[in-house]
Amino acid sequence: MTATEERAATAEIGRDRRRKEDQRLITGRTRWTDNITLPGMLHLAMVRSPFAHATIRSIDTSAARTSANVVTVLTGADIADDQGVIINAWPITKDQVSPTHLPMPSDRATFAGEIVAVVVARSAAEARDAAELVDVDYEELPAAVDLKESAADTVLAHPDLGTNKSALWTFDSGEAGTGGDVEETIDKARSDGIVIEREYRQQRLIPAFMEPRSTVVDPTGEQITMWSATQIPHVLRFALAATTGVPESKIRVVAPDVGGGFGGKLQTTPEEFITFAVARRLGKPVKYTETRSESLVACHHGRDQWQKLTLAAEKDGTVTGLKVELLADLGSYNALLGGGTPVLGAFMFNAIYKFQAYHFSVQTVLTNKTWTDAYRGAGRPEATFAIERIMDELAAELGVDPLEIRERNWIKHDEFPYTTVCGLEYDSGNYEAATERAKEMIGYDELRAEQKQRRESGDRVQLGIGVSTFTEMCGLAPSRVLGSLDYGAGGWEHASVRMLATGKVELVTGVSPHGQGHETAFSQIVADRLGVPFEDVEVLHGDTQVAHKGMDTYGSRSLVIGGEAVVKAADRVIEKARPIAAHLLEASVDDLDFAGGRFSVRGTDQGLTIQEVALATFAAHNYPEGIEPYIDAEATYDPINFNFPHGTHLCAMEVDTETGAVRMRKYVCCDDIGNIINPLIVAGQVHGGVTQGIAQALFEEAVYDDAGTLVSGSLVDYLVPTAADLISFDIDHTTSPSLTNTLGTKGVGEAGTIASTPAVVNAIVDAVRHLGVNDIQMPCTPERVWKAVQGVGAGGDDPTAGAAMPHFDEQEGGAQ
Amino acid sequence: MIPAQFDYVAPTSVDEALAALAERGDDAKVIAGGQSLLPVLRMRLNAPEVVIDIGRIDALRGIRDDGDAIVIGATTTHAEVGASSLVYDNAALVTKAVEHLADAQIRHRGTFGGALAHADPAGDLGAPALALGAQFVIAGTGGTRTVGADEFFVDLFETAIGDGELLTEVRIPKHTGWGAHYEKFVRVAHQWPIVAVAATVKADGGTISEARVGLTNMGSTPLRATAVEQALVGQPATEDAVRQAAAAAAEGTNPPSDLNGDRDYRRHLATVLTRRAVLAAAGG
Ligand SMILES: Cc1cc2nc3c(=O)[nH]c(=O)nc-3n(C[C@H](O)[C@H](O)[C@H](O)COP(=O)(O)OP(=O)(O)OC[C@H]3O[C@@H](n4cnc5c(N)ncnc54)[C@H](O)[C@@H]3O)c2cc1C
Repeated sequence: MTATEERAATAEIGRDRRRKEDQRLITGRTRWTDNITLPGMLHLAMVRSPFAHATIRSIDTSAARTSANVVTVLTGADIADDQGVIINAWPITKDQVSPTHLPMPSDRATFAGEIVAVVVARSAAEARDAAELVDVDYEELPAAVDLKESAADTVLAHPDLGTNKSALWTFDSGEAGTGGDVEETIDKARSDGIVIEREYRQQRLIPAFMEPRSTVVDPTGEQITMWSATQIPHVLRFALAATTGVPESKIRVVAPDVGGGFGGKLQTTPEEFITFAVARRLGKPVKYTETRSESLVACHHGRDQWQKLTLAAEKDGTVTGLKVELLADLGSYNALLGGGTPVLGAFMFNAIYKFQAYHFSVQTVLTNKTWTDAYRGAGRPEATFAIERIMDELAAELGVDPLEIRERNWIKHDEFPYTTVCGLEYDSGNYEAATERAKEMIGYDELRAEQKQRRESGDRVQLGIGVSTFTEMCGLAPSRVLGSLDYGAGGWEHASVRMLATGKVELVTGVSPHGQGHETAFSQIVADRLGVPFEDVEVLHGDTQVAHKGMDTYGSRSLVIGGEAVVKAADRVIEKARPIAAHLLEASVDDLDFAGGRFSVRGTDQGLTIQEVALATFAAHNYPEGIEPYIDAEATYDPINFNFPHGTHLCAMEVDTETGAVRMRKYVCCDDIGNIINPLIVAGQVHGGVTQGIAQALFEEAVYDDAGTLVSGSLVDYLVPTAADLISFDIDHTTSPSLTNTLGTKGVGEAGTIASTPAVVNAIVDAVRHLGVNDIQMPCTPERVWKAVQGVGAGGDDPTAGAAMPHFDEQEGGAQ
Repeated sequence: MIPAQFDYVAPTSVDEALAALAERGDDAKVIAGGQSLLPVLRMRLNAPEVVIDIGRIDALRGIRDDGDAIVIGATTTHAEVGASSLVYDNAALVTKAVEHLADAQIRHRGTFGGALAHADPAGDLGAPALALGAQFVIAGTGGTRTVGADEFFVDLFETAIGDGELLTEVRIPKHTGWGAHYEKFVRVAHQWPIVAVAATVKADGGTISEARVGLTNMGSTPLRATAVEQALVGQPATEDAVRQAAAAAAEGTNPPSDLNGDRDYRRHLATVLTRRAVLAAAGG
């Protein structure tokens, strides 16, 4: 009995467990895809178009074919019949205009970086050497590069489609019956209230995951096995089967340890399809691993929108209506989610505020640039940025504190559950509590006093305080809702729990971690639920042969959906074990209690642990008549709602008005993500997420020149911040458990990224607003900040020239 | 990415290295720390047939005191230069510049001579070398010659080192007792400067008697802000006086425009950073 009590006293859920997977991930002594070497394996190198848009006149592979140890060189024409098609799983409208996306086109290259030929050689170096010898005769075509110009169809990205406009998706609260007519609220505000109109730019970002993408395909078994650095092995298998004609049952996809994704590996890629086709063609194992340069140019990019907002409010600052018009750059194809990414933000612009009327539209646009898709937050960071920026503008218009204007408009804690103007039901939250705590953490009033003092004394360094009271919708997603939005799949998740003879537990999950710590968090859940030691739980994932059902990892879904499936499967194990335990204990099922991993006969000291029951079930020498000697169980969970994490992020920025340099002074956040399974993992997600959002605010931007060449094509010019560029953040939590899942959890994978970007930009604008600035385009480079302060090019236009610093010029001098 | 195939030789003396260079001519490339050359090879911007590694030539490495100058061997690493008290005591400007050059890993492999020979206008060592009047010792099969800093930097990625020659050492006239500061302006820590200013001043009782100011990334080579230097002589080391002198910092410069800033912004930065660098140098 004492053992049981001790175990209960040290509940796993809520414990600061170090991640059990970290040793192997950090030391690299594990199965990254590129570490896999198979007997007789051949290597691929891709030949990519240097032009954003060009007709492929001819491809001469003869020199490459005779290069040392080259096995073959294949073009799009060579694999036309078996290369499959890259799918778009979310056609957002019935009349969406979408080009066919072949993994390797044979007639036309549609962005700089598109694959036009593949070299197969005995080593990666020899494949690369030969790739340099492939001679492609291109005829350059005009390229659709700029988003706004492309939306006007001045140059066509795909001439045969006749337009760049892919789909126009709208939501209107009046039409949907979830709110009023937005034009009425705007008209009214124009006559007796306040109307604020702004346009914001969401720059293009690159996911820049640490592990470049890599794929190995072994076609020599009965199932063709693909290992790939992907977030979505199950979706990938489906896509391969659906478009290549190979039966799904003949394909096994494995996502071994995967080194980060941030949405960037939520894709089925040309590289994967080409590797698959080559392996099948040659009947030999093949590997393709991209270089960093290829990764930056060819992995899907994120964001890239223009956002036009019209906000209507009453004179006292009570918001009434919001109209949002987006232009979203798809790049040259509709990617897996494609136009669905901005649609994921459609229901979030109203955020935590009680708007009466809302209208949203997004026009997706094809261009001759790298395709875009989900990137950490996917739609919600864009929405949160825009609404949190414009709420600051409303506060400035009224001359009140930005927190005051929010408080006047947000949903009060006693108004939950609350149905928003979009028709979503927010189940729980407490914006007052999170804000109060965040203010206390940052020392809000003191900072405001210092800001005032610096303004009055005309200090060279000005101080700004940025606010972001965000919410988001995550846990993708209720399958019926996805169906109503024309998404091509469901949003359920699957888990199974296997009780091994020795009492150890294997948990199989359909989610597919790529650095989040699922093995640890899910072990904690199982350990608590089944009352077994944490160390006795093994979490298996990411292999369609082991985890045969799954919807994979993205959209902050793994814990809130995958974890719920785990709970259900574990509970079923207990229910299946109960009659066997009763039988062994010679007691009635009704007299058994299960706690701390042990079935005990009420009122006696008789009992059996579930691990003992597992052994007895394995032996199967003694079990009740009429049931199977089997206590393993599985469950599929389809969520009934999204969940809605929220929080208040506050950021203090110093701006050197003389140079435009900004310095982060303090960053605090108080997030409400419901119940926390592992605070250490949550802290990691918050710190990393906040950093990624700050990176959008201050550092990162994928820049193209007029010809459609990615200028920021190396990490010298695409500035991913490191620890040296940031400060330590103070994080805390309030807890309003989710009411729609057993564990009361809400997603945290994207929250930090969604929240932090506007907090930082609001802080910078706040620091220099008294100098006449009301916007600075992201990333807020010192040059942009300085120019804004000088009154030139404050926001909107792009003052930087499209050239990179040539540190590695081939003209370099030296000895030769 | 994988470089094209090349032969590799690792001579152990300067003569052997020069002989190898003479033999392979245009097909050869010298490698020191490889921190600039390897990216070039890996991105296949260049594909030499032979790479001559000068990292095993002991004579090229080390720092020594030579009377009125200190001498830094070409293959001495940034880390070694940064840790040297001989350098700090006599040419503190170099120490300050090296401190913020790239990151610790790169400083551990990259070399003093390699960085200068590479002649990236955004490189952190050119401006200090120029400001301190460094002398570059260049060896060829015909013998050794010495070139002043004002002649060494010829253009973007181009120096006075000729075909078949090696930079063997850099002699830096001692500036013992001079205050020094390197003001580097970056967006992220591990970055080449957008603009940087190298200043070293001799100040007696709050008055500047001599000043040297070098500019990084304000043209195709490192530049000396001679107008500023002259204006500073005899001035008190005060904010106002230095501000006035620094106003001329961008005179005669021709900075690039790129993702990090256009040329006008760089010109503006040069004046602000010059003021800050000089004041910091004069203050200690
Ligand atoms: C990510 C990154 C960040 C960086 N950041 C900075 C920075 O902030 N500031 C900065 O100043 N630098 C920076 N650098 C460059 C760094 O300083 C390099 O160390 C330096 O430019 C080259 O030195 P090396 O010894 O590695 O030369 P190598 O790369 O080996 O050679 C560079 C060139 O010089 C020639 N060469 C080398 N030695 C000699 C010699 N003795 N005689 C004749 N020719 C020679 C070579 O042939 C080659 O052309 C950075 C580099 C990287 C990769």
